Amino acid sequence: MNLDARIPSGPIDKAWDKAKFEMKLVNPANKRKYEIIVVGSGLAGASAAATLAELGYNVKCFCFQDSPRRAHSIAAQGGINAAKNYQNDGDSIYRLFYDTVKGGDFRAREANVYRLAQISVNIIDQCVAQGVPFAREYGGTLANRSFGGAQVSRTFYARGQTGQQLLLGAYQALERQVDAGRVKMMPRAEMLDLVVVNGRARGIVTRDLVTGAIESHAADAVVLGTGGYGNVYYLSTNAKGSNCTAIWRAYKRGAAFANPCFTQIHPTCIPVSGNYQSKLTLMSESLRNDGRIWVPLAKGDKRAPNEIPEAERDYYLERRYPSFGNLVPRDVASRNAKAVCDEGRGVGEHGLGVYLDFADAIKRLGRAVIEERYGNLFEMYERITDEDPYKVPMRIYPAIHYTMGGLWVDYQLMSTIPGLFVIGEANFSDHGANRLGASALMQGLSDGYFIVPYTIGNYLASERFEKVEPAQAEFLAVQDQVAQRTRRLLNAKGSRTVDSFHRELGKIVWDDCGMSRNAAALTEALGKIRALREEYWRDVKVLGAAEEINQSLEKAGRVADFFELAELMCLDALDRDESCGGHFREEHQTADGEALRDDQRFSYVAAWEYAGPDQPPVLHKEPLMFEYVHPSQRSYK
Amino acid sequence: MKLIFHIWRQPARNKPGRMVRYEHANLNPDMSMLEALDVLNEDLILKGEEPVVFEHDCREGICGSCGFMINGIAHGPLPKTTVCQLTLRHFRDGEELVLEPWRARAFPVLKDLMVDRSAFDRIIAAGGYISIPAGSAPDGNDILVAKDDSDRAMDAAACIGCGACVAACPNASASLFTAAKISHLGLLPQGQPERDSRALRMVKTMNAESFGQCTNIGECEAVCPKGIRLEVIARMNHDFIGASWRAR
Ligand SMILES: Cc1cc2nc3c(=O)[nH]c(=O)nc-3n(C[C@H](O)[C@H](O)[C@H](O)COP(=O)(O)OP(=O)(O)OC[C@H]3O[C@@H](n4cnc5c(N)ncnc54)[C@H](O)[C@@H]3O)c2cc1C
Ligand code: FES
Repeated sequence: MNLDARIPSGPIDKAWDKAKFEMKLVNPANKRKYEIIVVGSGLAGASAAATLAELGYNVKCFCFQDSPRRAHSIAAQGGINAAKNYQNDGDSIYRLFYDTVKGGDFRAREANVYRLAQISVNIIDQCVAQGVPFAREYGGTLANRSFGGAQVSRTFYARGQTGQQLLLGAYQALERQVDAGRVKMMPRAEMLDLVVVNGRARGIVTRDLVTGAIESHAADAVVLGTGGYGNVYYLSTNAKGSNCTAIWRAYKRGAAFANPCFTQIHPTCIPVSGNYQSKLTLMSESLRNDGRIWVPLAKGDKRAPNEIPEAERDYYLERRYPSFGNLVPRDVASRNAKAVCDEGRGVGEHGLGVYLDFADAIKRLGRAVIEERYGNLFEMYERITDEDPYKVPMRIYPAIHYTMGGLWVDYQLMSTIPGLFVIGEANFSDHGANRLGASALMQGLSDGYFIVPYTIGNYLASERFEKVEPAQAEFLAVQDQVAQRTRRLLNAKGSRTVDSFHRELGKIVWDDCGMSRNAAALTEALGKIRALREEYWRDVKVLGAAEEINQSLEKAGRVADFFELAELMCLDALDRDESCGGHFREEHQTADGEALRDDQRFSYVAAWEYAGPDQPPVLHKEPLMFEYVHPSQRSYK
Repeated sequence: MKLIFHIWRQPARNKPGRMVRYEHANLNPDMSMLEALDVLNEDLILKGEEPVVFEHDCREGICGSCGFMINGIAHGPLPKTTVCQLTLRHFRDGEELVLEPWRARAFPVLKDLMVDRSAFDRIIAAGGYISIPAGSAPDGNDILVAKDDSDRAMDAAACIGCGACVAACPNASASLFTAAKISHLGLLPQGQPERDSRALRMVKTMNAESFGQCTNIGECEAVCPKGIRLEVIARMNHDFIGASWRAR
């Protein structure tokens, strides 16, 4: 397998310009002769589909929801970063680049991250022009706040609904192209496989979620913007439908899967309340700007929070990390929350929670300011917990939130299958072992508006394409496999529901491949997952037919893929015998419990190649070079 | 806690449907309405009965996927709350709840509580955007927007496209939805160049889909989970009439 990242040579600040200049261009008159499939209508997919169509390509865009506007990106709350330095507080492209490489604990590719920081400024311009109602100052300029581990104010936001507004901007741009006849939108269609013809990605096979029809779609290039795989844990902050099926099936067709064990646990979510629970709700980490995190000093202190005097509280983040305080990066905040709960100092009914307290902020700024900043989040919290956070501190606990791992892509965002491009959370590219807050939206839009539209052109102009038809053998063969798999799920006619298996799988992955990991637990998890997977195929109960709306069948296919992915995650976590970012191996920590990297042995991207059913996957390594930001032990003290 | 559900079951589009009664005793007041349906569905599957189909995704009140009538009220009794965020503590133990899909000619039922809302996408495609191809934007701060305008634009832009407004309206009008987008973009300086054509085309498309006319009843505002205000409809009418006049 060839892992050439195609990073342009020369100084990093000129790399993207150089790459763009060296790219071959498609003659404007010829663009409409090319068909491009974009799977996904989140920030990455919608922005890519709209932009490719603006350039003149013929685009078909797919999503599983009833409308592209409902993609999971809609739920992002806090904001989007950009190195605009509007606040004159010393921000720059270089600083955003530096922070992101360091925040990712030196497991991301420098050139990609630099480009991301460069493009960040164009994204804001584009979104403002589209009418995204970002927060404003009274003078009419754009407002900023600092967010998740940054010491400058570079985060742009639209109340607590930044993802919604950015997505609606991209969705509207997409609908404009639908109106112009250049995008054919295919909602309620789920990609169930990738079709590779003569070594190149040439199409996909989908299931129409209304009629159940299995259909083939041919194209000259395929773009996956299908989001992350956090739902492997069952309980996560992802939307219920978020899944790994598209990238997993592409993996099984030859696309390398990179760093699957790099997952992000978000520190500020509403704690689990019962076993019926279907998802976890994120409380935007912007709350950490004004809220103070604490637990009682004494173990098992069950007093109500307001009855615990100042002197008996432990503001553990402020104590341990005086310079970053409550704003330490997510992995650090999450691990510390787990640590104090493991010590028996957790709060709430199950002891799995810490306080996020706004009393001081309300005293300092007044209720009105807090309401203006976080009103909708407070409302959401109260709706779910029936507690008023203006009066009682919130209870929060970490939950899985984002997956840094994903399909391996080179600098041009192409996977190891020529013609298969991967964008947004679905790829592995820019966040290393830990993503900083407000940078996923940035990456999705950067990939979609400003990178893939160029690099696809380069690919198309560099190759010659034979005509492919959905009726030809390669497509029919894949269609047949997809149909068989569907039948197998329906025919198992077992005794357990899909959800019951998913919940059990999620618990294994959360316990053994979650916030902290060790070799023994991971090895055991591998065995448990395999056994449960076998049971799944034997004993799952899916009612109804294939030729109708069948939500259980949809879930069943997704969970089947989660089983296989979970195994790869554990394998990768086992193999990476170091701690870095969100991947915390208990065997490797500093004296005061911080992640201990091993740059000598592990400064690489782990790219796994599928080797066939029941064969161990093959590990390929892309070495990481740091020429600009010198790897150091991260310190937020 | 126990609830008695009467749920609309319809196997497919254009097939007859009927209400079916389900009793569930194993519910918890902290559950959301959708979690209650999850639990019900798990039981149904184990009994060999087909689970109830309903739409959902984010379960945080933001994607707009979920929505059905509870005792005749779109998204149920709690103001500004989608069914995914509606917890059972707002109901009495033993209460009877009638769950029905959105009923509107423009939203045909696909199965059980799931309807086809694609007409909304077609309304947006008819001008619910600002034409600005990627790469052609000026610097973000070159466009100053008064904070009040920006805030009001944001209020309108908060629409999640769930369709409750249509379901609640006795005329099944899509005016609140359409007007929210027209207001969001029309309040911003960036939205001015296309303001007339947007109002004309979006309203025309809305009328061409089989939605009814607005007669200022205000049921839409009452059920809107995002608190979109009726005044956006006045703004739409203003823009539409002005644009029609100028386009003569
Ligand atoms: C609650 C929450 C809050 C967040 N807040 C922030 C924040 O403040 N700032 C930030 O930067 N990031 C935030 N994130 C992260 C960020 O929202 C996501 O990483 C990002 O939106 C992902 O965008 P995407 O386009 O890659 O994928 P998604 O938005 O997940 O879109 C995936 C698309 O793919 C489609 N799809 C998936 N599988 C298939 C298939 N098999 N067939 C057909 N279609 C398919 C879906 O229909 C959907 O359209 C948050 C995430 C969560 C969960
Ligand atoms: S499921 Fe997204 S709004 Fe209810």
